[in-house]
Amino acid sequence: MAILVIAEHDNRNLKTATLNAVAAAQVLGDSIDILVAGFGCETVATETSRVPGIKRVRLADNKVYANQLAENVAPLIAEIAPEYSHVLMSSTTTGKNIIPRAAALIDVQSISDVITVEAEDIFRRPIYAGNIIATVKSNDVIKLMTIRTTAFNIAASEGGSAAVETLNSIHDFEKSEFIRNDLAISERPELTSAKIVISGGRGMGSSENFGLLEKIADKLGAAVGASRAAVDAGFVPNDMQVGQTGKIVAPELYIAVGISGAIQHLAGMKDSKVIVAINKDPDAPIFQVADYGLVADLFDVMPEIDGKLSEYTS
Amino acid sequence: MKVLVAIKRAVDYNVKVRPNSDGSGVDLNNLKMSINPFCEIAVEEAVRLKEKGAVTEIIVVSLGPQKAQEQVRAALAMGADRGILIKIEETIEIEPLAIAKCLKIVCDEEKPDLVLMGKQSIDGDNNQTGQMLAALARYPQGTFASEVVIDNGSVFVTREIDGGLQTIKLALPAIVTTDLRLNVPRYASLPNIMKAKQKPIREITAEELGVDITSRVSIVSVSAPVGRPEGVKVGSVDELLDKLKNEAKVI
Repeated sequence: MAILVIAEHDNRNLKTATLNAVAAAQVLGDSIDILVAGFGCETVATETSRVPGIKRVRLADNKVYANQLAENVAPLIAEIAPEYSHVLMSSTTTGKNIIPRAAALIDVQSISDVITVEAEDIFRRPIYAGNIIATVKSNDVIKLMTIRTTAFNIAASEGGSAAVETLNSIHDFEKSEFIRNDLAISERPELTSAKIVISGGRGMGSSENFGLLEKIADKLGAAVGASRAAVDAGFVPNDMQVGQTGKIVAPELYIAVGISGAIQHLAGMKDSKVIVAINKDPDAPIFQVADYGLVADLFDVMPEIDGKLSEYTS
Repeated sequence: MKVLVAIKRAVDYNVKVRPNSDGSGVDLNNLKMSINPFCEIAVEEAVRLKEKGAVTEIIVVSLGPQKAQEQVRAALAMGADRGILIKIEETIEIEPLAIAKCLKIVCDEEKPDLVLMGKQSIDGDNNQTGQMLAALARYPQGTFASEVVIDNGSVFVTREIDGGLQTIKLALPAIVTTDLRLNVPRYASLPNIMKAKQKPIREITAEELGVDITSRVSIVSVSAPVGRPEGVKVGSVDELLDKLKNEAKVI
């Protein structure tokens, strides 16, 4: 049984989400290849070759793969997929964009958002916004799937020395053109990989008030997130959204501030190890998932936390 | 320019679903059904493009039981011109790949310039059908769209990606799947609901299309997620910080 993991990267660095997919692959077997498709991305291939336990890195380095457009990467995956029993990619927006297209090209029903591997053909995945967990069995010969990153550990990234082999296939669909990325620039850790996340909801009241969270986030090395209500109210941009329709996070510590706890928000954070809820409404549903609840006005307690934090973190 | 909008009948987003008693599936008896919210956004976008003059005809297509006609009618009431209902038995849970194969045949017949659909349905949460249809129809794809601009034989799609936004340009015909921020769907007015009753809906079956809709992925069982143990309320900031440091050991 050979397994292929598709690397996610920006042509310079391997994205950590790839290592979650590697961890899922390791549950399935130990003959694992990683495909690095990009442009000018030899450093990514080198970095990938150091992931322990990888048999080989397959490098497709061509300008058609520069922005990992699904139209070009999917046929590359479809071309080499028959060499494997399983093809895995993390369930990021890139993975969700590419894997179903590759699956349809080889007539496979792919499986989205796998959270556990029960057997080589049996997997568990959340449906209905995580309100139901389905155990599913794939009857396809090749299994293509995306991996919910928060459900798997981050595989080790150093110590291996896999061979790097070049793949020369060029798939250029031509009808699709990358124009630009407008990426949010932040000094803080990425939401999906941060150990601590502090999120604000509609209760924050304004964009400026998110400054209260940012000050605390910087002291904790935390990422700042938001509920959909806060995004819809225009307080913060959508890339900060935690929830079923935003990012799925599972940090060591999740602090929900002024968030009522709508189902769709809970779906994005309820697998966090420790959850703190701060809300002035004692009946807010967020308290049902919180390990520690503080019923209080956030505008009183956030400055107090900010002031006292150093006494507890030193 | 002709737009095809694919929509799905799904459990209303306000309804909390539960596994049935033997854990073999989800209990859907007597639950309120609606147009999947992402699909509703796709219908709205098509109607807005028509109102701007970029689109001349909107065809709405759905796969589902006979009752899915309600959702097709609702889309017609929002402003679509005609409907296609591809009927399947109510007990069958059709998978994205099979849906994409049926829609591919509709694309071959209707030759739309643009296909709009939701990025995922809130029941299966697969987020696959648009990408699969794009592969089968050999269309370029713009997934998770927060902005759609038609321009001279192309469509510019702004996509919601993990780190922010991405803009791509696709040659028409193309497939665009919609994300939440693209628009806020309208409520159909009473006159438009009445008018929609006169709009044509063509009914066919998946068998008539010659598509094999047999499941590739079978459901072994379903269960409710494991709940979290009950937490505690703390009385002060000091108590909270003390517990986070000394009990949970996370700061």
